[in-house]
Amino acid sequence: MSDSHPSYLAHQFDDVEQQRQASTMGIWLFLITEVMFFGGLFTGYIVYRGMYPEAWKLGSHELNILLGAINTAVLILSSLTMALSVHAAQLGEQKKLSRNLLATIGLGGVFLVIKAFEYKAKFGHHLVPGEHFHFEGPFSNQVQLFYSFYFTMTGMHAIHMVIGIGILFWLWAQSRKGKFHKDYYNPVEVTGLYWHFVDLVWIFLFPLLYLIGRH
Amino acid sequence: MSTATSTASEGKHYLNAKHTVLSWLLTVDHKRIGMMYLVSLVVFFLIGGAAAVLFRLELMTPAGDLLRSETYNKLFTMHGIVMIFFFLIPSIPAVLGNFLLPIMVGTRDVAFPKLNLASWYVFMLGGILAFVAIVGGGVDTGWTFYTPYSTMYANSNVILAVCGAFIAGFSSIMTALNFVVTIHKMRAPGLTWFRLPLFVWAMYATSLVVLLGTPVVAITLVMIFVERAFGLGIFNPALGGDPVLFQHLFWFYSHPAVYIMILPSMGVVSEIIACFSRRRIYGYKFVAYSSLAIAVIGFFVWGHHMFVSSQSTYAGMIFSFLTFFVAVPTAIKVLNWTMTMYKGSISLEAPMLYAFGFLGLFTIGGMTGLFLSTLATDIHLHDTYFVVAHFHYVMVGGGVMGFLGGLHFWWPKMTGRMYPEGWAIFAAIVIFVGFNLTFFPQFQLGYHGMPRRYHEYPADFQVLHIMSTAGASVLGFGYLLMAGYLGWSLKFGKKAGANPWDARGLEWETSSPPPTENFLVPPVVRHEAYAYEFESETSPESHPSSESSA
Repeated sequence: MSDSHPSYLAHQFDDVEQQRQASTMGIWLFLITEVMFFGGLFTGYIVYRGMYPEAWKLGSHELNILLGAINTAVLILSSLTMALSVHAAQLGEQKKLSRNLLATIGLGGVFLVIKAFEYKAKFGHHLVPGEHFHFEGPFSNQVQLFYSFYFTMTGMHAIHMVIGIGILFWLWAQSRKGKFHKDYYNPVEVTGLYWHFVDLVWIFLFPLLYLIGRH
Repeated sequence: MSTATSTASEGKHYLNAKHTVLSWLLTVDHKRIGMMYLVSLVVFFLIGGAAAVLFRLELMTPAGDLLRSETYNKLFTMHGIVMIFFFLIPSIPAVLGNFLLPIMVGTRDVAFPKLNLASWYVFMLGGILAFVAIVGGGVDTGWTFYTPYSTMYANSNVILAVCGAFIAGFSSIMTALNFVVTIHKMRAPGLTWFRLPLFVWAMYATSLVVLLGTPVVAITLVMIFVERAFGLGIFNPALGGDPVLFQHLFWFYSHPAVYIMILPSMGVVSEIIACFSRRRIYGYKFVAYSSLAIAVIGFFVWGHHMFVSSQSTYAGMIFSFLTFFVAVPTAIKVLNWTMTMYKGSISLEAPMLYAFGFLGLFTIGGMTGLFLSTLATDIHLHDTYFVVAHFHYVMVGGGVMGFLGGLHFWWPKMTGRMYPEGWAIFAAIVIFVGFNLTFFPQFQLGYHGMPRRYHEYPADFQVLHIMSTAGASVLGFGYLLMAGYLGWSLKFGKKAGANPWDARGLEWETSSPPPTENFLVPPVVRHEAYAYEFESETSPESHPSSESSA
């Protein structure tokens, strides 16, 4: 049975189809753990928002909607280029694959740069929780709680973005060597699922953090 | 198949395939990774056990004369963190599961061997961080890291310990993910879901709990980390934060973690009881499904740790009811194991003694759990030695007994050598007696009101405390004895054939120790699990009683 073992088929699998199914199931299970991971943060967010709705609204109004919206668009676009990468890998179109991977990396980078500017502005406005936190207005303690969640949630999301960009660079280097073709594209597909998940987290974060109490 | 195994027994196997240290450190063989986990866990068990020795000595006298209260707090914290995160949770899955699961499903390796190796490194990194936290000043929060003490007041290495537990969590996730995919996608031809050994079912249920629970404690530890390290205020009451929210998030994982520790043992016990009663497990499907039922219901009972927190009384009532409910699938298992032995031809080798120990001790642990899940009695018993005795009966009486039973049962498969039966039976009895002497008095201590986590106590309690310390010494002696003869058997033990117990299951159809890719000829499964009514396909001359060579 191991007479026709191609180089991209790991020794523990009988055939390419089994390998593909295993890696797809593996990433979905991993994404379930990710849902539970972010779920803990969302739970805390929901509990406190229920307790302090006014403070959550006041905190949210200090965030820059324009930058948040641009970043949302950037990430959705990056999901498109990621999907195109997977498609190109499945068809074995090497140039298109590398190009789309690079585009995804670039868009991810743009997101992080914009995010960094937003963080910097929060430092300037003394909205970073801790000793220097200062908020003019009522419920300043609870607004600090809101910002603790803002930084933890967006920070965790940004860490996932950085890891994703790292994996994309590795894929890009592999794709330059022509490692992916129509019989073997699991790594691209699996990374794509991860990337879409990270985007999806942002799709939830944007309204929950930026758009409270705006009609 | 039988000819394949007899030729393999002379040749190469996973232990002698390669010899360098590097060949172990870079191995992707699930069997070698299992053995690496075994060695690491023994070390962590000794560290956790050493802490227990010290505080049991302190508790010999009512006055705090051996240890200061700070040191005492650090020691029970260390005992809890090491034993739970670095011994009990990985014990059966990472050692026996890693070694056996791919063989039991008839495949060459787990689905993701490199991830499997990574899990060991991640585990060791977490363990080293926790160890540094302990020797570099200690942690005094208790293994539960309750806020706001852990985030705002504790002057000890909370951050390091939290990082250690966080990182170690990833190793359980990697192992669990590997197991679920391996069971789903890599079963041998003919091995349907209901032909799987119950150990595999138990591993499957455990892995689901790990996958759904561990990420939640991970993010909870992250929240403690950012609050303590960066001064964010997530559970800080001064900002309107809610420490009880921490307790909810923590126990959402840490209660199911009890099932991570006990479900694998239940799987081991199913294998042992079937083999040493020579019968198919009574009500196989019920035992399989009850593992899943425990995994599911276990996620809805966490609030019973919080009956005396500010959780609402109505929530308490619902959690109390659901906690009674989780006893049902557990009772189904105990009933079915008992029915399996009924009219079976029972033989009393060491693994079976451990299985008996499990049955009795785990039942006591489970039944006392019902006292604690009753709201009114819990008000009295909460945070007393009754609780300490209860969870030690479950986690040591259940978890560790199952682990030791499994270790003895599969020792010949893993090492190729038999352990000395007489010594093993003696040690099993010593461990059983020592365990009961340690923890049974603690039920009484707790019932009479001795609170946990204090290093001083009224003189009335001294007799019971001395009994407990004496028991701990006996227990410790039993463990050391076992370590001694198991180590001895590696070199001097009788050679084990492929199937020394005349047991059923794919792991007994390959040689001992198994070859690197587990089977020389890929197996095909033709029988139900535990087909003890049929002759084994492995050659009968491999039975140790019919073998005289030493």
